[in-house]
Amino acid sequence: MERVPVLKIGDILLVSIQIDMEDQVALQLQEDLADRIVATGCHGVIIDISALDIVDSFVGRTLATIASISRVLDAETVVVGMRPAVAITLVELGLSLPGIRTALNVELGMELLARHRAEEFTDLDELGDEDEADTPAAAAS
Amino acid sequence: MSEPGQRLEVASDQDVVRVRQLVRTVAVAVKLSLVDQTKLVTAASELARNTLVYGGGGWAEVETVDNGRRKGIRIVFADEGPGIADLDLALTDGYTTGGGLGLGLSGARRLVDEFDIVTEAGQGTTITITKWCR
Ligand SMILES: Nc1ncnc2c1ncn2[C@@H]1O[C@H](COP(=O)(O)OP(=O)(O)O)[C@@H](O)[C@H]1O
Ligand SMILES: [Mg+2]
Repeated sequence: MERVPVLKIGDILLVSIQIDMEDQVALQLQEDLADRIVATGCHGVIIDISALDIVDSFVGRTLATIASISRVLDAETVVVGMRPAVAITLVELGLSLPGIRTALNVELGMELLARHRAEEFTDLDELGDEDEADTPAAAAS
Repeated sequence: MSEPGQRLEVASDQDVVRVRQLVRTVAVAVKLSLVDQTKLVTAASELARNTLVYGGGGWAEVETVDNGRRKGIRIVFADEGPGIADLDLALTDGYTTGGGLGLGLSGARRLVDEFDIVTEAGQGTTITITKWCR
């Protein structure tokens, strides 16, 4: 079975789906990403689907599940590069991908993640001192 | 007026990928627009997966059709599985017995021009879809 590679770039995990995935490959990616988020402590995931010529309900659900799992693991997911024909088809299929952040390309996805992270820290600062307990480093020491 | 169809077995995840690829190739050959290609391949992916997962496997046959005015593609998905007892329910958005999103049947129907389904409890399921060039 083929496997979709997960690359670590700075503090972001980048997944570029270049193959027509069998369902099992999509499920494997879901697991691999969860493992890598935990192993690396990355707070952002970018999934580039610009090479995909379709997204059906199975892949759509997998993307939504990845976004949910990431969030539970304190990482934000952005899906980037969706082709216009894929977007049109997804909406007609009835899949609006609620809860998934999207951006037009990898660069904009990275900006979105950076902004999201900055906003999170602002929110935490407003809460006072609690933010220290939230970082893995503080929890580990 | 149609060329002989190409039949693929649907017995594994890999076969579902093969169905998508064959449909894509034929859709390009009859010059469906890019959006219509995408819609047809997506519908085919949904129905092939249903054939595999719920029908217990079967086959898909892809052929080009020509009604004298327009060209198109017709795809038949057939299995000898349990059939669908309540078709209206199965065609409802969000209805699933397999923990899916329940958008495969209903969504596929929206994505094509013609959608025909023959099924009965215990008698298997045969779905025929057609997409015409605009
Ligand atoms: N070929 C089939 N044979 C038997 N039942 C089927 C078949 N295709 C679909 N169904 C039934 O219709 C339901 C809805 O299918 P679908 O809309 O594709 O949603 P999902 O695949 O997410 O369950 C399925 O959960 C299943 O119960
Ligand atoms: Mg389905």
